[in-house]
Amino acid sequence: MDGNSIHNISMIIVFAPLVGAIIAGFFGKKLGPRMSHQVTIFLMTIAFVLAMYLAKLVFMDGQTYNGTIYTWGVSGSFQFNVGFLIDRLSTMMMLCVTFVSLAVHVYSIGYMHGDPGYQRFFAYISLFTFAMLMLVSANNFFQLFFGWEGVGLVSYLLIGFWFRRDNANFGSLKAFLVNRVGDFGFILGISAILNYFGSVDYQAVFDQVPQFAASNPTLSIIPGLHWSVITVICILLFIGAMGKSAQMPLHVWLPESMEGPTPISALIHAATMVTAGVFMVSRMSPLFELSQNALSLVLIIGSAGALFTGLIAIVQTDIKRVVAYSTLSQLGYMMAGLGASAFSAGLFHLFTHACFKALLFLGAGSVIIGMHHEQDMRKMGNLRKYMPITYVCFLIGALALSAIPPFAGYYSKDAIIEAVHASTIPGATIAYWCVLLGAFVTALYTFRAFFWTFHTQERMSDKVRAHLKESPWVVWAPLVALAIPSIFLGMILVGPMLYGKPPLLGDAIYVAPQYNVLAEMAKEYHGPWSMAFHSVMTLPFWLAVSGVFVAWLAYCGMPSLPEMFASRLRWAHATLTYKFGFDDFNQFFFVRGCRRIAGWCYRVGDQMIVDGFFVNGSGRVVQWVSRVSRHLQSGYLYHYAFAMILGLVVFLSWLVLG
Amino acid sequence: MTLTAYLIIGAILFGISLAGIVLNRKNLIVLLMCIELMLLAVNTNFVAFSHFLGDNAGEVFVFFILTVAAAEAAIGLAILMVLYRKRHTINVDDLNTLKG
Amino acid sequence: MNFVIPDVVPAIPEIFMLAMTCIVLLSGLFLQRRYPSLPYMLSLLALVGAVVLTVALYKHTTEITFHNSYIIDHIGSILKVTILGTCFFVFLYCRRYVADRNILNTEFYVLCLFSVLGMMVLVSAYSFISLYLGLEIFSLPLYALIALQRDAARSAEAAMKYFIMGAVASGMLLYGLSMIYGATKSVDIAVVSQVLTSVPASQNLILVFGLVFVVVGVAFKLGGAPFHMWVPDVYEGAPSAVTLFIATAPKIAAFAMAVRLLVDMMPLYQVEWQHMLIVVALVSMAIGNFVAIVQTNLKRMLAYSSIAHMGYMSLGLLSGNAQGYSAASFYIIVYTIMSLGAFGMVTILSGKGFEMETINDYKGLNSRNPWLAFIMLLLMFSMAGVPPIAGFFAKLGVIESLVEAHLVWLAVLALVFAIIGAYYYLRVVKVMYFDAPEHQSRIDTTSMDTRIAISANGLFILVLGIFPGIIFNLCKAAF
Repeated sequence: MDGNSIHNISMIIVFAPLVGAIIAGFFGKKLGPRMSHQVTIFLMTIAFVLAMYLAKLVFMDGQTYNGTIYTWGVSGSFQFNVGFLIDRLSTMMMLCVTFVSLAVHVYSIGYMHGDPGYQRFFAYISLFTFAMLMLVSANNFFQLFFGWEGVGLVSYLLIGFWFRRDNANFGSLKAFLVNRVGDFGFILGISAILNYFGSVDYQAVFDQVPQFAASNPTLSIIPGLHWSVITVICILLFIGAMGKSAQMPLHVWLPESMEGPTPISALIHAATMVTAGVFMVSRMSPLFELSQNALSLVLIIGSAGALFTGLIAIVQTDIKRVVAYSTLSQLGYMMAGLGASAFSAGLFHLFTHACFKALLFLGAGSVIIGMHHEQDMRKMGNLRKYMPITYVCFLIGALALSAIPPFAGYYSKDAIIEAVHASTIPGATIAYWCVLLGAFVTALYTFRAFFWTFHTQERMSDKVRAHLKESPWVVWAPLVALAIPSIFLGMILVGPMLYGKPPLLGDAIYVAPQYNVLAEMAKEYHGPWSMAFHSVMTLPFWLAVSGVFVAWLAYCGMPSLPEMFASRLRWAHATLTYKFGFDDFNQFFFVRGCRRIAGWCYRVGDQMIVDGFFVNGSGRVVQWVSRVSRHLQSGYLYHYAFAMILGLVVFLSWLVLG
Repeated sequence: MTLTAYLIIGAILFGISLAGIVLNRKNLIVLLMCIELMLLAVNTNFVAFSHFLGDNAGEVFVFFILTVAAAEAAIGLAILMVLYRKRHTINVDDLNTLKG
Repeated sequence: MNFVIPDVVPAIPEIFMLAMTCIVLLSGLFLQRRYPSLPYMLSLLALVGAVVLTVALYKHTTEITFHNSYIIDHIGSILKVTILGTCFFVFLYCRRYVADRNILNTEFYVLCLFSVLGMMVLVSAYSFISLYLGLEIFSLPLYALIALQRDAARSAEAAMKYFIMGAVASGMLLYGLSMIYGATKSVDIAVVSQVLTSVPASQNLILVFGLVFVVVGVAFKLGGAPFHMWVPDVYEGAPSAVTLFIATAPKIAAFAMAVRLLVDMMPLYQVEWQHMLIVVALVSMAIGNFVAIVQTNLKRMLAYSSIAHMGYMSLGLLSGNAQGYSAASFYIIVYTIMSLGAFGMVTILSGKGFEMETINDYKGLNSRNPWLAFIMLLLMFSMAGVPPIAGFFAKLGVIESLVEAHLVWLAVLALVFAIIGAYYYLRVVKVMYFDAPEHQSRIDTTSMDTRIAISANGLFILVLGIFPGIIFNLCKAAF
């Protein structure tokens, strides 16, 4: 086997979903729903099978590929190419994306059954898969950006899939606007790379990095302040990652994105797209490793997000929102792992998370189908009686998410917590406390949702109860398919991925020797089972267990506890239901369309200023400025002439006299 | 007379025409006159330069400008006629239905 | 003094255009009764012929003729072909619109052709005289075109405003040219730029004085702020077909003028005109993007958007390097194609007795005509700079050249304005796709040829986004 065959295989993997999207998108009406999903699923299966074969070539036979397929445009000495970099990292991602995408495709047959936009839906998810594969297989920033915007676009379209719902429209608009803020940083970062390295090719850039860093160049955006170029580039790129991977304070769009169909929440807003930022930061590890400040920022933002968004999840009543906030929290964990230079651990969590979070979302979706599109947990309860398969699968997902050994989530999350603990990067201490407490919080909200939905009394109406039954097999089969890796993926991968010599991701990831926390941890690693048994003596385990216990106590043992919490600690409850103010401000304008400014001063927290400034404040200022400045165009000729003469005089006095 | 004197005359004419355009709020025809005046200011400049530099190109240019000015005036007056027929006014102040 | 007959070969496309325009005029006078569509057909023929001639006569060298007053070079040829092609599409889109309204049929085409002739002269002008003549030949028919729909009071007002402002602007331009003439003793651009290299410092002031007036004149023709005030009123007031014409080809001609007067003639004063263009670009982007947001009339909104786009284009010019100039010419070409499509859409959707002018008219366009809505979506996304559509590459090129010129702060501001600008384009998309239509009827105002033309136009924007090299390489070779 030579590089050529990898090239061809990758081509098929990446473009098969595109073909599916085109067929289902343009000819969907003619093909009818059945043919449409058959075609797209068939092509997805091809992609998945080939991705497995590719994984065999890359991991077993140690092949890699880095080459150009097509030159898009040439500008000066720069070439914009479409090319593939198939190494261990991108192969892992491709495998993960095609697997979850296939599961979601199958699941959607059941979930979207009878929807008027059925074919359109399949076209979109195939298109999304294509864009995501382009993103992960890119060998240059340009294609990365293409995939980046592509997944963003499809995400925008899919959040607004049910465009007759107002909330869906608002949600998609919000996602679009917030992502623009991130993209803004990302574009600047790419431009800076192009400017300083003269190339957008990964390899060319990474080759120059050591020399470049040795000269430690600085730039000053504000005159008089000199910043290290590498740090600026890394921070700009990270702003892009913050937008896409929903890190604080740009996370506000992700909960809103739950307005989209549930399979989408599973595929895009949990398993794949939102991890693009994590993937990108890992891909850029040769850059980030050279900037301690940037790593520190990643670590702190990540760990803070892990704790605070987890807290919000505790008070949510919508089952999808709980899972959405848990996604935010887990993304925070991944970022924290990256910030601690444990790139392998962060990516490990990405993969395990992709499985169990997709599982939880699809499980939630299964519940929603059973409940006739009711998402409020207050109206559920004791569903285990009616939906046993969903119950078991959801339980597996919940255990994995709560990091109970030996489920998948335990290995990856524990590795992150340990890595943050061992890290010497500034801010690691605070970050450690955040991720540690996060372990408790995670278990609490996960099992709160679990007990509330599947145990306790039945609170649904009789009409719903009469029709309550297990979902069809196309819905639960993907659940089972995802439940299996959610149990075993952790123990299988933990050794090779984190502590292998060489590690599973090989040289796709660069870690500077002074930050190599995983090597430290490797000394204490003696295999997956001993790690699981050893966990009984560690703090995170007991925190997780106590989280489960508190959840049980509050919802099964002493149901009066939540009420008590809500009434005694009203301020805490209010802060959490207000989501620390992040969303509240948005609700204010976008959802209610209400312009009450009176409440504004009351809720100005420091985070609200960030949110208000980026999302709404600027929007309001723009509206105001445009309303005022349109009056400049008075309609009178002499004012027009006057403006012209004014411009002339200003220029004259500036250049001739000044 | 020196070149400077001619240039000053040109500048004054130019200034008057600009002032006329900004200050006049009544009659559109005055605006057309101001535009003619502006072109005359330019012509003065060109002729003066041409004379003092001893180069004919400037004078040739003036002929072209004069010709174009005539065409411009014709079009301006034609538009004025159309406007008057529709609006029954040639008041500058009334030309403000398009704005904002 | 012996008179040498100049080499007329380079000017054959213009001569052909002039002859054909006269023929169209005559055919309209004598044959229109019998063959109503003859002027239209002949006009298209004139444009196609001129394109063929321009391409056929193109040589890879720069040629100057007519006693240093006429140049034929690479960039000029590209711009001419774009102008002619644009006008061709304008005619395709306008045919039905013009026929349905009280607009003089032949006169419309003749005036457009004359204007195109002026633009071609302007593009090739290499002395002040030919430049001024080109400018006026292209401007004067525009004034008349706007007032051509004689029963609309609004268009008369727009024509009057455009006329007065345009005359003032060309007066200012002339005043500046007279100053430069005085300082350099020549009206030939080539000679002037030569003389400037050895001009004594005492003349510096008068040159800068002249330069300011020249920049004002150029900025006016481009429609850059604060010399933009005519743009919204004229775009809104003129009949859509005329707006379509004014919003497209003249931008290219004005760009050519900017290249000739600033880049070719005064490269030594780059610092000065760069400063002025920075102000023009910033104010244009600010006013264009901000005021567009509150507009309810699509034509007026696109007018403000054009002001903003001229701001972006100036960014390329002012960066003062070859990369910037080629980025700017790519930008202006892409912009022209985009606004051709957008105003073309307004024109072809307007039927007998009704205009599709306000944004509300586009409510639910997707359910009334999905294909046209999709084309409009492409155009709006392209204008907003969404990759991978051509508008994105245009913006990228310009911003890249700014970074190259160490004007990072300007690049950042440009991006901020681009984000603000995305809002109002997306609003149009939102209205088309997510709002309920006010009329349920399917739109049937388009004929087969316009449908093909608008589809080609929209898809070309997409193709150009995927293969920007088609045009970008041409622009790059020109500087």
